[in-house]
Amino acid sequence: MSSTHDPSFSAEQREYIAAIDQGTTSSRCIVFDHDGRIVSVDQKEHEQIFPRPGWVEHDAAEIWANVQEVVAGALEKAEITKDHVRAIGITNQRETTLLWDRHTGEPVHNAIVWQDTRTDALCRELGRNVGQDRFRRETGLPLSAYFAGPKIRWLLDNVEGLRERAERGDLLFGTMDSWVIWNLTGGVDGGQHVTDVTNASRTMLMNLRTMDWDERILSSMQVPAAVLPQIRSSAEVYGHAKGGPLDGVPVASALGDQQAALFGQTCYDVGEAKSTYGTGTFLLMNTGTEAVNSYAGLLTTVGYRIGDQPTVYALEGSIAITGALVQWMRDQMGIINSAAEIETLARTVEDNGGAYFVPAFSGLFAPYWRSDARGIIAGLTRYVTKAHIARAVLEATAWQTREIVDAMKKDSGVEVTSLRVDGGMTSNNLLMQNISDFLDAPVVRPMVSETTCLGAAYAAGLAVGFWSDISELRANWRRAAEWTPQMDAAQRDREYKLWLKAVQRTMGWLDEED
Amino acid sequence: MARTIQSLERAAAVLRLLAGGERRLGLSDIASSIGLAKGTAHGLLRTLQQEGFVEQDAGSGKYQLGAELLRLGNSYLDVHELRARALVWTDDLARSSGESAYVGVLHQRGVLIVHHVFRPDDSRQVLEVGAMQPLHSTALGKVLAAFDPVAHNEAMEAGLGAITDATVVDPAAFDRGLAEVRTRGWAADVGETWDGVASVAAPILDRRRMPVGAVGITGAVERMLEGSAPRPRLVAAVRDCARSVSRDLGSGRF
Repeated sequence: MSSTHDPSFSAEQREYIAAIDQGTTSSRCIVFDHDGRIVSVDQKEHEQIFPRPGWVEHDAAEIWANVQEVVAGALEKAEITKDHVRAIGITNQRETTLLWDRHTGEPVHNAIVWQDTRTDALCRELGRNVGQDRFRRETGLPLSAYFAGPKIRWLLDNVEGLRERAERGDLLFGTMDSWVIWNLTGGVDGGQHVTDVTNASRTMLMNLRTMDWDERILSSMQVPAAVLPQIRSSAEVYGHAKGGPLDGVPVASALGDQQAALFGQTCYDVGEAKSTYGTGTFLLMNTGTEAVNSYAGLLTTVGYRIGDQPTVYALEGSIAITGALVQWMRDQMGIINSAAEIETLARTVEDNGGAYFVPAFSGLFAPYWRSDARGIIAGLTRYVTKAHIARAVLEATAWQTREIVDAMKKDSGVEVTSLRVDGGMTSNNLLMQNISDFLDAPVVRPMVSETTCLGAAYAAGLAVGFWSDISELRANWRRAAEWTPQMDAAQRDREYKLWLKAVQRTMGWLDEED
Repeated sequence: MARTIQSLERAAAVLRLLAGGERRLGLSDIASSIGLAKGTAHGLLRTLQQEGFVEQDAGSGKYQLGAELLRLGNSYLDVHELRARALVWTDDLARSSGESAYVGVLHQRGVLIVHHVFRPDDSRQVLEVGAMQPLHSTALGKVLAAFDPVAHNEAMEAGLGAITDATVVDPAAFDRGLAEVRTRGWAADVGETWDGVASVAAPILDRRRMPVGAVGITGAVERMLEGSAPRPRLVAAVRDCARSVSRDLGSGRF
C-alpha cells in the first residue's frame, strides 16, 4: 500500500503503532497511523514442517528471526524510526504450542501447530468416561487436538528429559504471543513471560470465570504450573522492547488472531459479530461480560480484556471448508481457472437449479460435530449444469454461516443484527449478497481489510493512550460496502429446509470401523 | 477483396504448420514445407518469436507455438478477478480521497460498474455494482473510449446524447477531449452526467498494456474541484490507484 505522508507534518507529529501478526504461514508487521490507516506492510513466510501425516510444526527460531526482519522492513518502508512508534501490538496464530529453555532461550522442540492432530488419541484418553466435554464448563472448549494443553502434555511425555526440566523450572511454555513478547522484551536478559487472556483461553488450562490457570485441569493434564506464563489483559504494557529497531518502545497488546479481528472490526457491543472468510471461516460474536455456555456446538472464548476493565467474552463458530471449496472446484474439478471465476460462472444462472452442495469433506463441524459425515451434492437432475453447482458452492458458505448464527442465537438469546465481514472471499459480491439474504440481515465490509493487525494496533494504542477510548476507535471504522437482504422470506425458509435436509443426508456415511 | 499482404500470409502458414499436432520443427523443415528461402523463413520466425507467437527450444533450436497464442484465444479478463485485484487499492483510494470509488468495464454500449467502495463517511449509501453508466459523459467511460477503440466505436454508435447542459454532444469536440485524455492519462466529468457532481478516472492496463477497465472517484463538485478543474491531489490519488491495480495485473511501470 502506498504511504501517504503529508510532508507538511514535522517528524514529531508523526506517530504510529506497529502491529506484529505472527500467523500460520507468515509473519507480518503493519504500521498504522492515528486514523487507523495502513502506512506500510512487510511480510515473510516461514517453513511448514510435516514430519508425519497429520503433524505440522514450525521452527520457532526461524519465526523470531522473521519477526525481527519484518519489523525492520515495515519501519523502513514507512520511513520512520522507533521514535515515531508509540507502541507495539501482537496478534498471533492461536493454540500453536512451544516450550523453550529459560536459560538459553532455545526452543527444546519445534512448535506444534494448531492444525496438528497428534494429540487426537490423547484427547480421547483425557475425556475418560465423560467424553470431549470433560473440561467444557471450566474452559468453554471441547477436548480437541487444536488446543495447547494436550500439546504441552504430548511434548513432556514424548521428548526425552523434558518433564524433569519442566518440573525443575528450566522450561517455559508459550503460544506464539508469549514467544514473541519474551524475545522482544529481552529474552534471557529479563524477557517478560506473559500471555493474554484470549490466548490463554485457547490452552484448555484457563478457567473462564477466574481468568487464572485451573489447578484441577493442570493436574489432570499433568502440566506443571512452573512452565506457564502469567495471564495478563489484552491491552496493557507488558514491558519494553530491548535492543533491535524498536528498542525502548512499549509492548502493549496481545490477542489471538480471530479475537484481534473482532477487536479491529470494533465489535464492542453485545450481539456485534464478525466473520472472516478465508480457506475456512471463523465467526465470533461479542456476548458481553458473561461467559455464555454453549449447548449448540460452539466454543466459549475470551473476546478481549482492556487493562483492568471487565473481561468481554465471545461465542465462536468455525466452518472448515469455505474458500477451500472454491479451490477444490478450481484444482480438483477444473471447472474454473481462478477463484474469482466462480462468481462469473454462478451468475450465468438465476438460481441453484435445485442443487445443494454440503462440503463435509472431513466431517461436519459447528454446530453438528459429526466425524462420520462426508460431502454430498444433493438434488441433482438432468437440468443441473456446472453453473448451478457454482451457485450451490457459494450458497454452501452462506448457509453454513446461517447455521452458526442460528446456534449463537440459541445459546445466547442474542440476535445478530448485522454481520461484519473480512477476508479474501469478501471480494465475491454474489456470496456477500447470499449471506445477507440467508441471514436476513445486512452484511458490512469495512474499509481496512487487515482487521487482524488493526485489532492488535488498536489494543496497543489504547494501552498507551494513543487512542483515548473505544468510541474513538469506532469513529475510525469506515464502511466500504454493505449488502442488504433482498430475498423473499418464504423462499428463504423453503431453501433453508432443503439445505438442512441435504445436511442430514451427509451423516453416517462412514461406518464405525472406518 | 483488397490486395493481401504476402508476409502475413506466410506467417499464417508457419503458424498453421506448427499447430499441426504438438511438435517442434527445425528451420529447414519449416522453410522447405512452405517453399521459402531459409533466410525469409528465419526472418518470419524471428518476428513471430518477438511477438511471443513462436518459441524456440534452447537445446534443439527447434520452433514451437508460443504462449502468447494461448493468451490471445483466452484474453478476456474476468471482471470478478479485476475486482479481487482492485479491492485493497480502491479501499485506499476511497479513504485517501474521501470520495466513493468505482471500477468500470466496457459492457455493450456503456460502462458496467464492477466494483464500488462507499464514500468514507457515515452516510447511508447503496452498493452500485451491476449498474450501467454512459460511455460518453462519465470519466470512467471517457477513459475506456480514449484507450480502447472498441469502446470508442460503441460510444459513437450509442450516440452522444445530452444528459445535462454540460454534456459534450459534438463528435469533433468529443474526440478532441479523448485525445487530451490520452495525452494526460486521465479523464474528468464535471457535471456532464449528473448536475453538481464531478468524477475523475484513469485506465487499468493488463500485462500487454491493454486497457481492461477504468478506476475513478465521484463526488460533489464543491469537494472535487479547485476552480473549474479537479484538484491535483485527487487526480494523483486516482492515477496512483490505477497504476497499483495495473501493476498487480502484471503491467510494467508507466
